[in-house]
Amino acid sequence: MKQARHYPRHWRRPPQIITGRRWRVLLPLAILAYLTLAISSLEVDTARLIDGLERGARFAHGFLQPDFSSRWSDIRQGLIESLTMTLTATVVGILISVPIGIGAARNLVARPVYLVCRSIIAVSRSLQEIIIAIFLVAMFGFGPFAGFITLAFASIGFLAKLLADDIEEIDASQAEAIRATGASWWQLVHYAIQPQVMPRLLGLSLYRLDINFRESAVIGIVGAGGIGATLNTAIDRYEYDSAGAILLIVIAIVMLAEYASSHLRKTLQ
Amino acid sequence: MSKLDVKPGEPSHYSQAWTFRTPRARLALWLGWLALVALFVWCWQLMNEDTMWLFVADAPRQAADIGSRLFPPALGYMPELLAPLWDTLNIATLGTLGGVILAVPVAFLAARNTTPSAALVRPVALLVIVTSRSINSLIWALLLVAIIGPGLLAGIVAIALRSIGFVGKLLYEAIEETDARQIEAMVATGARSAQVIHYGIVPQVLPAFWGISVFRWDINIRESTILGLVGAGGIGMKLQSSIDTLAWSQVATILLVILATVVVSEAISARMRRALI
Amino acid sequence: MLTLDHLSKTYGAGSSGDKALHEVTFQVPQGQVLGLIGPSGAGKSTLIRCINRLVEPSAGTIRLGKTNLAGLRGRELRRARRRIGMIFQEYALVERLTVMENVLSGRLGYVPFWRSFTRRFPGHDIENAYRLLDRVGLLDHADKRADALSGGQRQRVGIARALAQEPELLLVDEPTASLDPRTSRQIMRLITEICAERDLPAIVNIHDVPLAQQFMHRIVGLRSGEMVFDGAPQKLDDTMLTEIYGAEDWTLMRQEHEDDEVAERAGRLPLAESVG
Repeated sequence: MKQARHYPRHWRRPPQIITGRRWRVLLPLAILAYLTLAISSLEVDTARLIDGLERGARFAHGFLQPDFSSRWSDIRQGLIESLTMTLTATVVGILISVPIGIGAARNLVARPVYLVCRSIIAVSRSLQEIIIAIFLVAMFGFGPFAGFITLAFASIGFLAKLLADDIEEIDASQAEAIRATGASWWQLVHYAIQPQVMPRLLGLSLYRLDINFRESAVIGIVGAGGIGATLNTAIDRYEYDSAGAILLIVIAIVMLAEYASSHLRKTLQ
Repeated sequence: MSKLDVKPGEPSHYSQAWTFRTPRARLALWLGWLALVALFVWCWQLMNEDTMWLFVADAPRQAADIGSRLFPPALGYMPELLAPLWDTLNIATLGTLGGVILAVPVAFLAARNTTPSAALVRPVALLVIVTSRSINSLIWALLLVAIIGPGLLAGIVAIALRSIGFVGKLLYEAIEETDARQIEAMVATGARSAQVIHYGIVPQVLPAFWGISVFRWDINIRESTILGLVGAGGIGMKLQSSIDTLAWSQVATILLVILATVVVSEAISARMRRALI
Repeated sequence: MLTLDHLSKTYGAGSSGDKALHEVTFQVPQGQVLGLIGPSGAGKSTLIRCINRLVEPSAGTIRLGKTNLAGLRGRELRRARRRIGMIFQEYALVERLTVMENVLSGRLGYVPFWRSFTRRFPGHDIENAYRLLDRVGLLDHADKRADALSGGQRQRVGIARALAQEPELLLVDEPTASLDPRTSRQIMRLITEICAERDLPAIVNIHDVPLAQQFMHRIVGLRSGEMVFDGAPQKLDDTMLTEIYGAEDWTLMRQEHEDDEVAERAGRLPLAESVG
């Protein structure tokens, strides 16, 4: 084995993910073809773009020198609406999502209840906040009340789904031990399920509070109140310095909320 | 053991049976709940100062009205949606591509173990990530439509700008979690830093990178369906014009198409992630 | 030849800092395999990492040939590092790359970035990598991913990677810490054989005293960063070991070692070839 031997002077890395030879040729070609098609379907108006450069510069300028004062009463009103609807929607969302979440846990309830609760969750999750908001604004009229309902509805889908998945994954032996004592269904939920999922639910609620605030800045675009409406107006009027101020406030609040919620979660655990 | 033990209105013998908390902790918890309820009531009143309860009371009738107009969906409208759907797909895909390309350097500048300067460069990279993440893609689109005009390009750039933060954050966390010994081994061979990154770090974060990118693409498909509401192209433009003309049966069709697209993209991304990891 | 002269390392600032190494001075001539023993926290790992400057020494000089490694920076430092091969405790292979790429990564200090980026290493590097893989008995595994190998095989890839650097010195950090006794011996034998073939000096950081006494040419004992022993393995008696490690039952450890050795000899013949 060990006499002087000749070893190859070439080595190529064997393909790792796509091993079929045909696919290794076809896939890059397909990607290239798609990119060519996709980019050619872009209609870029160069004149408008050059015009946009100047506006972009103005916006960047507005972002660096934000104007908080001239539209302050609008900003203040928008912020109050956003913050209040975030809080109320999250609280109401949690209160409703708890029974629905329990109802959507396969190991706790009868099949018909499970199916009904899971379909509520599916509807709430498949529609985006902004689309829900469009409908609710048409129903409830403009203003933060429609926004509140939108966010509460979206929170229900989000929280109930995660809560139900959590309950389905809990330690079955603990539930069994409680059941073996002859406990009723309510006692089972109270003693076996609730202690196990409570910390998670708390964390998820804080997370949803954060999401709801971000969303409250968006749904105002379709008339559901909040800081989004103020922002929309500012951009429509080309008041980039006010828009910059609003965005900076949003970023600051999101950062603060993220910091506070991670801190709170640490202390609670 | 639970917070519900001290919920107002619960029978008192519950707490007599077994008290888990000290009286002081119970009092604090009580006060905490009370404060939360007070805050809720206060917020509720503040929020509803200008609410027209007349409209709210009218909501069920409005809902029934809209509901009856939604059905049956105008399925004959479907062919008109193909071109906007293609645009939507392009917004999401090209936007993800752009966002990922921009996010990679940001992530390497933000990760503690690869940043050239923890005092100067890292905070800037983190600021870029936070800014991108805090602003929803619809707001990015709103801004970009005002700046570069309505159309696909605004949508693509909006999606890209929003994706930087998402991909950048997850990627820099993956970079920070890499095995330091493998990197040390590359340094010990006398490799320059670009080679250390390419041989020591890239192979370790590559699976995470693909997973994050495909995940973001999936989210972007979802988000790009509505960007048209502010004029940034795609199927959302059709949604906006149908709503403006109160053509509710068309709205129903569009919503069905959006729903189908989201479901399909979710399935594709789940399969791709499974194949990649 | 490697010469350490009054090498010191202090973690933290000033005189209040934590002394990890205190004025360590010794020479390693060509072909000598030097075992570094001592309890954990004695500074063994810091010492070998000071030599290739993965850890910055606080004072003293490190001479490899004519270069003083302690003062180098940037490009000069990288050039010095490629002259020093390092073998790690938990192999430290790039798990998701192939065995061949891992061996070739030993050439990173020699090739320009574009070559390593496109994985077009020069022909003689590849030829040499195959030769080394054959030497450590892994020629058939070149295209496998490193994380598909067993512990002993991974450590042999680690050895091949270090040798691919064509080093003038080997630094070996606890090469057998995560291996079973029999594989440990195979790896130690391989390292000593290779050092003999190439007349390479090596510093082997090792916690297993009987293993060190079996394979090392010379042993240096460290305690709290200071050299307390320097001599032939035979001179390392129980009094000396107690001085280095504190009270511990050495006779029991020796007995276990001998039992292992007997058991290994009984089953060794068919394995000898695969080790090379």
